[in-house]
Amino acid sequence: MSAILGWFAGIGERTRGAIARLGFASRFFVAVVKASGSTFTRPRLLIRELYHAGVLSLVIVLMSGLFVGMVLALQGYETLVRFGATEAMGVLVALSLVRELGPVVAGLLFASRAGSAITAEIGLMKTTEQLAAMEVMAVNPIARVVAPRFWAGVISLPFLAALFSTLGIYGGYLVAVKLIGIDGGAFWGQMQAAVDWRYDVMNGVIKSVVFAFAVSLIAVLEGYDATPTAEGVSAATTRTVVTSALAILAIDFVLTVFMFRGSVNG
Amino acid sequence: MSKRIDKILVMSSSPTPDGVAQSENAGDGSPMIELSDVAFGYTKARQILSGVTLSVPKGKLVAVMGGSGCGKTTILRLLCGQHAATSGRVKVSGKNIDEMSRDELFSHRRRLGMLFQFGALFTDMTVFENVAFPIREHTDLPEPVLHDLVLMKLNAVGLRGAAHLKPSELSGGMARRVALARTIALDPELVLYDEPFAGLDPISLSIVGQLIRKLNDALGMTSILVTHDIMESLKIVDYIYFIADGKVVAHGDVQTIRQSSDPFVKQFVNGEPDGPVRFHYPAKPLADAFSAGRV
Ligand SMILES: Nc1ncnc2c1ncn2[C@@H]1O[C@H](COP(=O)(O)OP(=O)(O)OP(=O)(O)O)[C@@H](O)[C@H]1O
Ligand SMILES: [Mg+2]
Repeated sequence: MSAILGWFAGIGERTRGAIARLGFASRFFVAVVKASGSTFTRPRLLIRELYHAGVLSLVIVLMSGLFVGMVLALQGYETLVRFGATEAMGVLVALSLVRELGPVVAGLLFASRAGSAITAEIGLMKTTEQLAAMEVMAVNPIARVVAPRFWAGVISLPFLAALFSTLGIYGGYLVAVKLIGIDGGAFWGQMQAAVDWRYDVMNGVIKSVVFAFAVSLIAVLEGYDATPTAEGVSAATTRTVVTSALAILAIDFVLTVFMFRGSVNG
Repeated sequence: MSKRIDKILVMSSSPTPDGVAQSENAGDGSPMIELSDVAFGYTKARQILSGVTLSVPKGKLVAVMGGSGCGKTTILRLLCGQHAATSGRVKVSGKNIDEMSRDELFSHRRRLGMLFQFGALFTDMTVFENVAFPIREHTDLPEPVLHDLVLMKLNAVGLRGAAHLKPSELSGGMARRVALARTIALDPELVLYDEPFAGLDPISLSIVGQLIRKLNDALGMTSILVTHDIMESLKIVDYIYFIADGKVVAHGDVQTIRQSSDPFVKQFVNGEPDGPVRFHYPAKPLADAFSAGRV
């Protein structure tokens, strides 16, 4: 009996913890937004972070996009050829990437490449009292350290997702047209006809923007809130990657439900 | 601002090692800092400070000494408003720090320089940028003026040549001196030095000691110096407080301390292992802690 009660108490405790964490995250988000003025009036701060979060993530995102596109084409061909619909290959590759894989996979890669780095950097600055030193110098560390990193993440990820999809489509083209020998005209023509700018592309962009906010917030929050020790920072870095991944997948499901129309090109 | 810069321009950047410059503008003697009966603990379970009372007159250089872990850094943290005292009052220029509004705290910190015990240099910036940081954040000085100002501060600590290095390329003592240069970059009115002498060789130590004294006098600063170096302190400070068990156990000016018969002070000045100061962090008796004791 008491074991069952304990079990329920445990669930209650964890739920409460999760809700408290969400509350803390929203207050932190408000604080970051409020302190964001200097990020945009002093572009030097932002540019440095854009380089670290965005430019340095390019290689892994572009390479992954290319490979994912190529695998999509190979796998897609297996299915399409059974229905004699191989000319729909371009549509399959483009829609999968633009609507789903681009934002999601780019988001996951971004969380593990840039998000973890942001958490570790802020966490270490806290551990070595750099944030405290700023505060004592009457400089708000949220404005000076957190906000530029947050906005750099928010700006970078949508571009990275778009590049991921672009390279993916090119990878699909390489495999489908150059390797398998599907007609190039059909590949591009069908794609252009079937992919809707407002519906497909914009929905993908919306997803990537939402993921960008989520991952960037998680990364800066975990860093700022890290226990100021070596283990604390390492645990925070892990939490950034795990929480970001779960957040991306959960938000993706919710957004997809809302974007679902249940008809083709309706 | 410019007046203060003029002042420091006038100041010679290589402190003379002989004799201590005596306070020319020692202030009007009104207390800049007043702690009355201050208690504080990071956790409820363990009180670090239990009733510290001390005061630092304007324009004076005061040392706070005490055994390792007795709460010296903690006192400095209370003074810059990083933590709030559990009870008692921490007053800066007559204003209770716990009652300061955000803006007041901001302007208090704006006039404050704190040298962190472990330097807290910004690891992603060069030495130059570290020293320039507070100046860039709080003034609109044109780049050439800023450049000269930073080099002057670095020159004062003997590290003008290291301006382009990253903190990871510095030795411990060099990092200490860069942190010192950053602390005094804006000529603060109140400076808190947390172990400025740690890791310095005897020559740098004496130069830094003289620098602290000179800054205090030339710029009319009020300074608190946390250190273990009793010999250097006796040379440069005006007044000394000894902290133990969360309280001030002895205090006095240099003469009084030198001649004191207080067992605590004597132990500290002579570095004796036995006396009222405990070397050990509170613990069970050794016999109980060792497993052999239980057999
Ligand atoms: N952030 C913290 N959280 C919990 N306890 C702390 C924290 N910082 C310090 N303490 C405890 O407070 C006590 C006083 O610490 P403090 O850093 O003020 O000592 P100190 O006098 O500066 O010592 P030292 O001369 O070694 O630097 C120590 O016993 C330490 O265990
Ligand atoms: Mg200390």
